[in-house]
Amino acid sequence: MDLNLTEEQDLIIGMVRRFVREEILPLEMYLDPDADELPETERLRLIEKTKAMGLYGLDIPPEYGGPDIDLVTRTLLAVEMSQHRAGLYAPCYGTFGGAGLAQLFEATDAQKEKYLYPTLRGEKRGFFGLSEPSGGSDPARAIQTKAVQDGDDWVINGGKLWISSADKADFGLVFARTDADKGRNGVTCFIVDTDAPGFHVRRIVHTLRSAHYATELQFEDLRVPKENILGGLNKGFAIANDRLTRQRIPYAAGCIGVAIKAQEMALEYVPQRETFGAPLSTRQSIQWMLVDNDMDIKQSLWITLEAAHKAQQGEEFRKEAAMAKLAATEAGGRVVDRCMQMYGGLGVAKDLPFERWFREMRIRRIGEGPSEVQRHVIARELLGSSLR
Amino acid sequence: MAVRFDKPWIAIADGLSQLRGQMGVFQLAGEAQQVIFVGYAGGLSLHGLKGEVNQAIKDYSHAKFLRYEITTSYLSRYKEILMVHKADFGELPEHSPEVKLGRLSPAGSPAS
Repeated sequence: MDLNLTEEQDLIIGMVRRFVREEILPLEMYLDPDADELPETERLRLIEKTKAMGLYGLDIPPEYGGPDIDLVTRTLLAVEMSQHRAGLYAPCYGTFGGAGLAQLFEATDAQKEKYLYPTLRGEKRGFFGLSEPSGGSDPARAIQTKAVQDGDDWVINGGKLWISSADKADFGLVFARTDADKGRNGVTCFIVDTDAPGFHVRRIVHTLRSAHYATELQFEDLRVPKENILGGLNKGFAIANDRLTRQRIPYAAGCIGVAIKAQEMALEYVPQRETFGAPLSTRQSIQWMLVDNDMDIKQSLWITLEAAHKAQQGEEFRKEAAMAKLAATEAGGRVVDRCMQMYGGLGVAKDLPFERWFREMRIRRIGEGPSEVQRHVIARELLGSSLR
Repeated sequence: MAVRFDKPWIAIADGLSQLRGQMGVFQLAGEAQQVIFVGYAGGLSLHGLKGEVNQAIKDYSHAKFLRYEITTSYLSRYKEILMVHKADFGELPEHSPEVKLGRLSPAGSPAS
């Protein structure tokens, strides 16, 4: 793996870095400290800018009209795009667009017409419905939502929990058990329309995040035509698993970006702040915190880039993605925590972004598979068949 | 936490004396206890709920009743209360500004 940036990478990263510093950070001075949305006029203005930069729709494959950005560069951009207050869960407030649900790129032509293309045009929004009250880390066993065939339809009953954006979505990918005896091979992914009878968003789940919330869903005799099966009957687990593995790399990159920004702020602050007649930067306790931060950032960055590199090369990257997620979410939490300590009272006030990062970073050790599951995945890869 | 705001209404004058500077959400109601406004006190609010409610009753002087919740999840709770109101009554409260909202279909009814 070449650790040097290419000229093109350097250029693109520089553009995004300036965008964050010149466009996003000034706006955040006027937004609620927990905001995850921009005023509509500002959002549209910034989308025009990212389009002019040729970087709108970063995750859309080039054959569907997206910019041709490789995965390592995309990871480095994710690190840059998260370097602001809302950056962990709303990098650049979505002004670089998104691919929606990447699983739809594997959909049938008819499904693409109905769901993928309108999503890419910004006309429809989707959600990913996997986790249930019975669990999310072990979907093969935890999924209790059932789908039963009835003529040309499937009828879904059950519920989902921790689902982002379902209240604003036009459709969603819902995983349901279609064969109770087949474990992971008895799960199917359905594309469901949110205006169909029997689809309910029952409540918002309030968490440490104030703005970007999850929802609880209930399905009561929700009818879905058989044409809306994505990826084949009883093939849902592979779709879910692929998504969980791929998602770990950008998830890790966001944590690293926030950690870099927090460390940058600490490095600016400690030479200025004096205690007992000397700047904080002269205190060994502070210096060690900064050193530990730097090591945490670099270690998690290299691990994450290695995962991205392997994925880009088409190599197996399950272990590396789990390592990236584990390393970056835990390192990010430590870095933000140390920076809060260096800032003292200001570190916990809403005047500065640390308290938001602290709350949101805590969620990162649980979301997209908790640290323990990542360790389990890594151990399984290391020990191979001897563990089974 | 109940999906619907389940605190009892209190007369504005009594409510104002209780309010402090915490973050949270609140509703104002008219004579018939119909909700006319939903607001929140967030990280930018000067004097928290006390400041936001004081400003709101200046803007909507026909408000007669108040209820509030202290919460650090003020943004998600604010949107939830508006979505529930829209689900129950088909529209937003009289003086609530246009906010980008999702759709909720909460179980039960306003009276339950």
